[in-house]
Amino acid sequence: MAPIKPRISVEYAENSTIVTFTDERILEEKDIQALQESIMSVVEQSERINMILDFRNVRFLSSAVLGLLIRISKKIYERDGKLRLCNIDPKIYEIFKITRLTKIFDIYQDIESATEGSSTAD
Amino acid sequence: MASKTPISRSIAVESTPSAIVGVCRHILAELEANNFSQDDIFAVHLALEEALINAVEHGNKMDSDKKLKIDYSVDPDKIEIYVTDDGSGFKPNAVPDPRYGENLYKTGGRGLFLIRSYMDVVEFNERGNRMHIVRYKEKPHASG
Repeated sequence: MAPIKPRISVEYAENSTIVTFTDERILEEKDIQALQESIMSVVEQSERINMILDFRNVRFLSSAVLGLLIRISKKIYERDGKLRLCNIDPKIYEIFKITRLTKIFDIYQDIESATEGSSTAD
Repeated sequence: MASKTPISRSIAVESTPSAIVGVCRHILAELEANNFSQDDIFAVHLALEEALINAVEHGNKMDSDKKLKIDYSVDPDKIEIYVTDDGSGFKPNAVPDPRYGENLYKTGGRGLFLIRSYMDVVEFNERGNRMHIVRYKEKPHASG
């Protein structure tokens, strides 16, 4: 069986777990499935995780990725954690806006403001 | 100013997610060649991906023996695409708005809404197995 290519990098900051998508385009079902397995395993590593999803590398995604984000957020909230998104390209932010997902996700401009949000939200 | 000859093509591919990648690459290259903006290319890419994945998953029910047919034309002013699957069709007006109520929290159901948001024309045949989408390089209603 082919190994799953790493599609995220994980960094543990003072109060947050920062997960960065490494792919520029997130489209194919198998890629989204691989991402889900990787991120869910990070979520399961700790109770009440403060996760920041960093989109700095992402230039294109499909609606299936929006579904993935909702699944991740449900898992995190079930475990009393928090989820923040940051560094979203303007064209992709527009997708969040027109689908009104800006209403259910905490979106920050950059990693610094997302990290500050983590430390002040508790 | 470069003037490109309008082109019209028809592609038939197997109904699999991996076949979609090649179709998109091909059509987006035509947009680049016709000097469409990056905003136009992003919009067409998003709508085309969503249309094709809907056709594979919902239209052809992931049956790789079925086919997808893509007819498209590109001219200096617009791109026009027909996506036809072998399925029994659906009723586009029965698809709920994903922005409201419990639909906002659902993990799916945003594809058609995104297509409608990013394209200037979105139409279906009566059976509901063929989608016709158009994006104009300049919006016809932009002036005023």
